[in-house]
Amino acid sequence: MSTVAKDDRTQKASVGTSLRRKEDPRLITGRATYVDDLDAHGLLHAAIVRSPEAHAKIVSIDTSAALERDDVVAVYTGADMADLGGPLPCAWAPEGIEVNNPPHWPLAKGTVKHVGDPVAIVLCEDRYTAVDAAEDVFVEYEPLPVCMDIETALDEGAPLAHPELGTNKSHDWGLGGEDIEEALANSEVVVERRIVNHRISGAPIEPRGVLADYRAGSLTLHSSTQVPHFVRLFTALLLGMSEERIRVIAPEVGGGFGAKLQMTGEELLCAWVSKQLARPVKWIETRSEHMAVCHHGRDQIATVRMGATRDGKITALHARIIGDMGAYLMLLTPTIPALGAFVMNGVYDIPVVRTDITGVFTNRCATDAIRGAGRPEATHMIEVTIDQLAAELGMDRLELRRKNFIPKENFPAETAVGIVYDSGDYAGALDKLLEHIDPAQVEAEKAALREKGILRGIGFSTYTEICGLAPSRITGPAGFGLQTGLWESAIVRVTVTGAVTVYTGTSPPGQGHETTMAQIVADKLGVDPQNVEILHGDTGTGAMGLGTYGSRSTAVGTESIARATDKVVRKIREIVAHTLEASPDDIDVMDGKFVVRGSPDKAMALADVAGMAHVRPELLPEGMEPALEETSFYDPQNFVFPFGAHACVIDIEEATGKAKVVRYVAVDDCGPAINPMLIDGQVHGGIAQAIGQALYEHVAYDEDGQLVTGTFVDYALPTAAELPMFETDRTETPSPVNTLGVKGIGEAGTIAATPAVLNAVIDALRPTGVTFMDMPLFPEAIWRAMTDAKGGAA
Amino acid sequence: MIPPEFDYTAPTSLDEALSALKDGGEDAKLLAGGHSLIPLMKLRLAAPSLLVDLRHVPGLGGIQRENGSFRVGAMTRHVELQNAGELGVYQRVATLIADQQVRNRGTIGGSLAHGDSASDLPTALVAAEGSVTATGPDGPREIAAGDLFLDYLTTSLDPEEIVTEVRLPALEGYGWGYRKFTRRAEDWAMVGVVALVKKGADGSCEDVRVAFTNMGSTPLRATATESALRGGGLDADAIRGAAMQAPEGTDPPADRNASADYKRHLARVLTQQALEEAAGIA
Repeated sequence: MSTVAKDDRTQKASVGTSLRRKEDPRLITGRATYVDDLDAHGLLHAAIVRSPEAHAKIVSIDTSAALERDDVVAVYTGADMADLGGPLPCAWAPEGIEVNNPPHWPLAKGTVKHVGDPVAIVLCEDRYTAVDAAEDVFVEYEPLPVCMDIETALDEGAPLAHPELGTNKSHDWGLGGEDIEEALANSEVVVERRIVNHRISGAPIEPRGVLADYRAGSLTLHSSTQVPHFVRLFTALLLGMSEERIRVIAPEVGGGFGAKLQMTGEELLCAWVSKQLARPVKWIETRSEHMAVCHHGRDQIATVRMGATRDGKITALHARIIGDMGAYLMLLTPTIPALGAFVMNGVYDIPVVRTDITGVFTNRCATDAIRGAGRPEATHMIEVTIDQLAAELGMDRLELRRKNFIPKENFPAETAVGIVYDSGDYAGALDKLLEHIDPAQVEAEKAALREKGILRGIGFSTYTEICGLAPSRITGPAGFGLQTGLWESAIVRVTVTGAVTVYTGTSPPGQGHETTMAQIVADKLGVDPQNVEILHGDTGTGAMGLGTYGSRSTAVGTESIARATDKVVRKIREIVAHTLEASPDDIDVMDGKFVVRGSPDKAMALADVAGMAHVRPELLPEGMEPALEETSFYDPQNFVFPFGAHACVIDIEEATGKAKVVRYVAVDDCGPAINPMLIDGQVHGGIAQAIGQALYEHVAYDEDGQLVTGTFVDYALPTAAELPMFETDRTETPSPVNTLGVKGIGEAGTIAATPAVLNAVIDALRPTGVTFMDMPLFPEAIWRAMTDAKGGAA
Repeated sequence: MIPPEFDYTAPTSLDEALSALKDGGEDAKLLAGGHSLIPLMKLRLAAPSLLVDLRHVPGLGGIQRENGSFRVGAMTRHVELQNAGELGVYQRVATLIADQQVRNRGTIGGSLAHGDSASDLPTALVAAEGSVTATGPDGPREIAAGDLFLDYLTTSLDPEEIVTEVRLPALEGYGWGYRKFTRRAEDWAMVGVVALVKKGADGSCEDVRVAFTNMGSTPLRATATESALRGGGLDADAIRGAAMQAPEGTDPPADRNASADYKRHLARVLTQQALEEAAGIA
């Protein structure tokens, strides 16, 4: 892989500093505009009638009582939507892989497949009436058997989520060494564990929301989404409209976590209804709806086998994954477990690695991308199993890791599955971690705490992830053929006064990219980041783009901005050189000016150059176009691979099994830091979400398919009271893939942290005889593990 | 939140409130702090036809010490108990209710009248053998804690009555302990235990009361544990032995967080801890 040439002739005034978030003043003073803040003349409010059954035939739908209410304008059911261009999309299309994909309609047609499946939509003049009227829609259901257990779903006679398919299987897919059985058979030691990664919710603070306004043949769709360009494309295809007639706007978006990386039925439904009634339609998701029907994440059961020599060299790794697709394949549902397969090597040099995935349908809500998406599952499998291997071998857990790290000098490093890791220094990250936490000290504390009834444990996770989605040559038909590549675009415009406006095709839902992107542009142009405006989330402005997910907004989106800015800088240099009679190569950015090297008095401010480019184009070099505006489209050569080392210290109350994280130390490497504070913020949030999954959160259904965690009382997101002060540090290993050297950081915490927590719990429990258990680590589960290890009653 | 349609009135005297409640019929509900009722309305599990808001009714606030008891106005909010000095176990119990937003709004009268066995204050009232004053069309009557809670969310309050005052015994001479076991700080108790111990001059157990949160359909007394300790020694062994009997007579409801078996186990552990704290041997 070639290293991209870097341009060092820029100032470093802003990049690397913890600039406060530019977006915060409007957010924290309540001046931001979310979908629910929007109004429109003649607005109708929608409420959706949803199935209380997990699987049932719809015998009849009686809308008459609802329609009799004053202010009810219309009620539609699935039968009314015969003109749709097709069912909701699934983007997974690997060649040669047979995929069962049952049609997924915005309103159910004939049967419902999970609790919350939409059956009818009620349109009213006001929202209160809409909710009341939705209760007046009487639906008669004939319940059908439900499929809830993915491990028996493919057995003969298992209840079928989609009887018409004749099977609960959606697909099989695999990646890696065909010789895995041989490699395991030849391994001196093999540890095998069944590892459960349970179902979670993204639970952004702002649930989803849509305002669709169809008038005079054009549609404006406001949606709380991470992917406005995808939403426009699919809405156009499914409504049979030409794309230029649709503008999708993601206004302020209050968190996504993958939950808004979707083409949702509600978006399409509101657009379709607005077109029917020629009136604007708003739907705002309630929290109860969000918990039941916004796609969930994880829900995989894996059988992991790790082979090694007696002296601790890992020889083979096989993961056999059953993934719960839920009731339907949504935009990326089958892609999610597959993403994990690409990093099933973890940070280790393992000669034979294979992942086999079977996707299974159940009568639960669909799964899809939630922060990390496939990579937390893979990392969890690898990092939990390597601890189990260390115990089996009687080796120190960190020693075993070090012995198998891909060495720093091997990068770029091609792994057994054919992916090229761009950069890494895994021992360096672990060394740095151990500067902050001394495992021997934790060991030394254990005995005294045990006297007080506290079991202390320490767990580690050394991880890498694959992000910066996605290079077309790797994911596209020429590579692994999963789907198309995911490039990004940017437009950088310097106005006549020297102000800067940037359009990005990414659509960040709150991470702080308006700040980090501005920092990059500001340094290249020698201006204050406060004078760089970042516009995003609107298909009606700027170039085509592909949204925010997969830790791509910096590694792909900001790189695209950097490249467009470099083009602007090149033009500025030519103008300055032409004006001051110097060579463009001799123009540097210094103290906010473009200066002729060696002649500090010969300089032009950006505003001077911009003024000339706009107002006096006749003074520009012969043949140069007026204005200062450039566009770039960036399809990366490779993914980027952030990495790091995390440690978690857990205290468990022996009498009750209640676990609490008392220390969490994270060293992450996402390349050169653009804004250290925002990196910390992303790491903190990621770890909190992973501790949440490990200890507190679980989307649970009962055996009849009823959701039993429908509120934040039952779905226990951790609060500040449950979390320790996070201790974070970084190493900075630049990626050779992009000019900025940057990787991603949005998902790192969720990817790294669940195994650190689980390994700490198992470490704490070892004195009680417990050697393994699964998440979620609720107090009773830990108490039962201890009780069972003792051989019976407490 | 979008609850079902309801009427609303905010009377400015107790008589007006009583009339409104009576005239409103069986689906009229009192609104105090709203932190039990309004979430139920949001989920459309409750659909009152009329809310009678007590916020403007005078004389329902304040905490006064009188004849060995604290007389607490029914509209006193949890935060006021939290911030009041010298309330002992009641202050601790109030401080651990849910989160600060809930404590800022929720009221003692509302919590007791709601009669949720997973709530904290009913357990303290039962342990302390306090009482409530219920005022109805025929005037006030006092209901002892032991007679107030009948079943899940069911009390002996008449539908036309309003809890106007709560009597919390000052518990002079008693040591107390409180344990509330939750997954998150803000959660309802999986199990809660209030323990009160009065030592005799010789250090023996003159009186003991132990009551549970969420171990049955109402707050329950741990009668077997109390009998085992009353009149005997208060050393660690005696307490441990008595605590082992804590689940006797309970019927803990299983939920997502805890099976009945686990709750019984927690009851033993927490009872021992609460008794040790109350007896000053922790």
